[in-house]
Amino acid sequence: MTQDVIVVGGGLVGTAIAYGLQKRGLSTVLLDEGDVAHRASRGNFGLVWVQSKGLGAPHYQHWTRGSAGAWPGLAAELAERTGLDTGLHQPGGVHVCLSEEEFEQRAAYMAQLQREAGNLGMEYRMLGHAETAEMLPGIGRAVVGASWTPYDGHASPLYLLRALHAAFHDAGGIYRPNAGVSEGTAAPRDFSVLAGGETHRAPRIVLAAGLGNAALAPRFGLEAPVRPQRGQVLVTERTRQLLPMPTTTIRQTDEGSVMIGDSKEEAGYDSLTQTPEIMRTMARRAVLTFPWIAELNIVRAWSALRVMAPDGLPIYDESERFPGAFTANCHSGVTLAGAHADIFAPMIAAGALTPEMAPFSARRFHDVRSAA
Amino acid sequence: MRDYDLAVTGAGPAGMAAAMEAASLGLSVLVLDEQPAPGGQVFRAVEAAGCDPALAGEFLDAGAALARDFRAALHPGGEVEYSPRSTLWHVDIATGVISVLREGASEEIRVSRLLLATGAQERPVPIPGWTLPGAMGAGAAQILLKTAGAVPQGPLVIAGQGPLTWLLAVQLLRAGAGPVTLLETGGKGALWDAFRAGGLWTGRRLLTKGLALVREAKRRGLKVVRGVRELRAEGEGRVQRVRWAGGEMACDTLLLHEGVIPSTHVSRALGLEHRWDEAQRCWRPVLDEWGATSHGLVAVAGDGGGIGGWEAATATGRIAAIDAARRLGRLPEAEAERRAAPHRARLAAALALRPFLDRLYAPAPEVLVPRDDATIVCRCEEITAGQVREAARLGATGPNQAKAYLRAGMGPCQGRMCGTTVAALIAAERGIPIGEAGALRPRAPFKPLTVGELAALPLETVA
Amino acid sequence: MFVPRPDIRPATVEVFVEGRPVLVPEGASAAAAVLLAGLPAIRETPVKGAPRLPYCMMGICFDCLAEIDGVANRQACMVTVAPGMRIAAQRGARRARPDAAPEIAA
Repeated sequence: MTQDVIVVGGGLVGTAIAYGLQKRGLSTVLLDEGDVAHRASRGNFGLVWVQSKGLGAPHYQHWTRGSAGAWPGLAAELAERTGLDTGLHQPGGVHVCLSEEEFEQRAAYMAQLQREAGNLGMEYRMLGHAETAEMLPGIGRAVVGASWTPYDGHASPLYLLRALHAAFHDAGGIYRPNAGVSEGTAAPRDFSVLAGGETHRAPRIVLAAGLGNAALAPRFGLEAPVRPQRGQVLVTERTRQLLPMPTTTIRQTDEGSVMIGDSKEEAGYDSLTQTPEIMRTMARRAVLTFPWIAELNIVRAWSALRVMAPDGLPIYDESERFPGAFTANCHSGVTLAGAHADIFAPMIAAGALTPEMAPFSARRFHDVRSAA
Repeated sequence: MRDYDLAVTGAGPAGMAAAMEAASLGLSVLVLDEQPAPGGQVFRAVEAAGCDPALAGEFLDAGAALARDFRAALHPGGEVEYSPRSTLWHVDIATGVISVLREGASEEIRVSRLLLATGAQERPVPIPGWTLPGAMGAGAAQILLKTAGAVPQGPLVIAGQGPLTWLLAVQLLRAGAGPVTLLETGGKGALWDAFRAGGLWTGRRLLTKGLALVREAKRRGLKVVRGVRELRAEGEGRVQRVRWAGGEMACDTLLLHEGVIPSTHVSRALGLEHRWDEAQRCWRPVLDEWGATSHGLVAVAGDGGGIGGWEAATATGRIAAIDAARRLGRLPEAEAERRAAPHRARLAAALALRPFLDRLYAPAPEVLVPRDDATIVCRCEEITAGQVREAARLGATGPNQAKAYLRAGMGPCQGRMCGTTVAALIAAERGIPIGEAGALRPRAPFKPLTVGELAALPLETVA
Repeated sequence: MFVPRPDIRPATVEVFVEGRPVLVPEGASAAAAVLLAGLPAIRETPVKGAPRLPYCMMGICFDCLAEIDGVANRQACMVTVAPGMRIAAQRGARRARPDAAPEIAA
């Protein structure tokens, strides 16, 4: 069948883009894998996070801030279209430091981030133990202090995924599960893929297949040198609302669960293994931060694979050889959902990425001039 | 770190038999069990139940003997270490390090082989009203009888089918419960279909036992209604009556039972290969003739590998223990075969009647796929059949994506009560076989532990 | 409602269910004590506040979550009664206790 756009990847990234395209009137088919796949979207921690993103990469800081700013509009629109609450809260957030050394490093980091923000500005404060204690309930003795910004927040990754799927569906988009791409052909503004036994053809294609992009991109004149980085998350039973704002590694969901994240491990494509040592380290930091967390039951935990570029930044690109082919790769499918639906999708609808996206191109990995 | 040749999880018939066999072969064995005493669910609390006449029969005879033999194998300095009230919450399948929670402390233990003898659970029976207080599993009522001598008071309905419904009716009637009604949900053609499965002669001992139960139940005044369909529990704040197509009845306690299914939570969490068993309508791990799974560390024995009952469980436990010794180089190949032979013969006899029972008591389609959209499927997160159907229409092709959409299977039970129903609903909605919809992929911790138990920090570091 | 059979299984352990003394047989579970006490619900669900009583009695269903000796959300069917045990219904989501933190962290 022929559409305006083929989007490969039904996770948070692909679905946000597909929804952004479909609602702008482009007929879009969204190709997804089946019930069991790597699916970083199902393992997302759920932060809409600004204060740890983009040191040394002001374009990424701007992109992240822009997405956090676009989020309330997206959440309201999804609620209206689907009746689903994505659980967005943006009350600001803190990064907790458990040693003097961590605190000093953080202070230097935040100062640098602010300098790099340039005209955009970046409001933040370094809080001592007493000030942190006023902001958060029952912090532990080990908490030396925290950095705070007003931009941070969190949302439910799973309700976001469902709401995006539902909104895409309602806007007339075509969703195809069990449709991993098995073959593809590329020509300028003419792409065709075989997926789930069906052939799809369109003048535009967007590769948003997470780790699958690494193998898929070269077929369409693109590159996506992404690798898996494992993260583990612990989730407690539902608890009455207590945490007024998220920290970098601890947040309380609308349901009341306290989520404890999130490790960063280089462990290949193994998303099944969970390691007690790392789970223990995460639990220890949580208990040192909030000793009252100790009595909560962990009802589930998981490991999942982040989609990481060599420099840890997103890759957004368009093919020079095959105009009309685009790719999106990142590990922040929740934070960047606003940007994907309402900033990135319009560029694809218009036919080309705007010049400020150039620093995100994969050309940065081998082209010194474009990285400069 | 402590280490053992063999860790057995579960001290039911399979686990006890495996431990005794392995010890006799010189293996060091650790038996972990969540319960305070050996027996599993079938012989739950058999040592404490003493001589309750309501439980007379196999439970007090065979069950007590098995527990006695197991205790005897635990003599000081012996090869079997028994750790009751202990929960397995993680397995590092690559290194053989298992994580066990006992008395609020987590310990890591190295094992050369892991035998899952996790037994069975009752098949969830998601009828309208099954979450009301007063509705519970038939097995749950039997556990109350075994562990506390307790019986339901007031009008009692047992609804469903399977050998346990008759056994429980008899035990509760002996214990003074009443009046008791059995609402049998079996289909009309099931008996003829079952006869064609054969095995009646080889399985005649079990069959005779079953027929004796039916006779005793009737003698004790059990009222039986057959061919019950569209069952529902109703009441304000608790069960007050039960309705079905063409009938209704007041009741205080409703005991539901549609057979038992393997407890595969841990074996699925470990990523072992499983297949959908169409005859028993459940998932079971793929096992070889020794009970070995698709991973070299792990074996499964007993009902956790497929429903066969306690006699089959003791046989598979012994066979898996012999295999453990063989794999660890403690038993030559030929000797292992020779030693396993009598247990294989016992296993064949114990399973002879199984095809007959599987057909006779095959659950009706509505047990797997609730018709009424308002029926709660996931008891923890209170997700209905209608919501699951909607998720399937939105594109969920299996229970894992439905879990992401709906939170079904995300509560404390982690999908033990809803996983199969969710998959069956999706399969029906999408017109695919249940096996294709797939099973939930659970993760550690297999049972909850607190953040503090995991962190294991001394007080002075945090306070 | 369940009733004991003291002639067969003497009820010798005194526990307190919602503050009311109940005698139960040794080896019984806290969930059994709640059923013997005739409590209308052992918990109210955190999702919709629906009343529940124990369903499976074997550690599978988590419908018997109760507050036992001050500890929230325990699987009552997996806890053996002890003299003086206090068992209370779990009403909705549990509380965290930031003020009692040092005691908890022990």
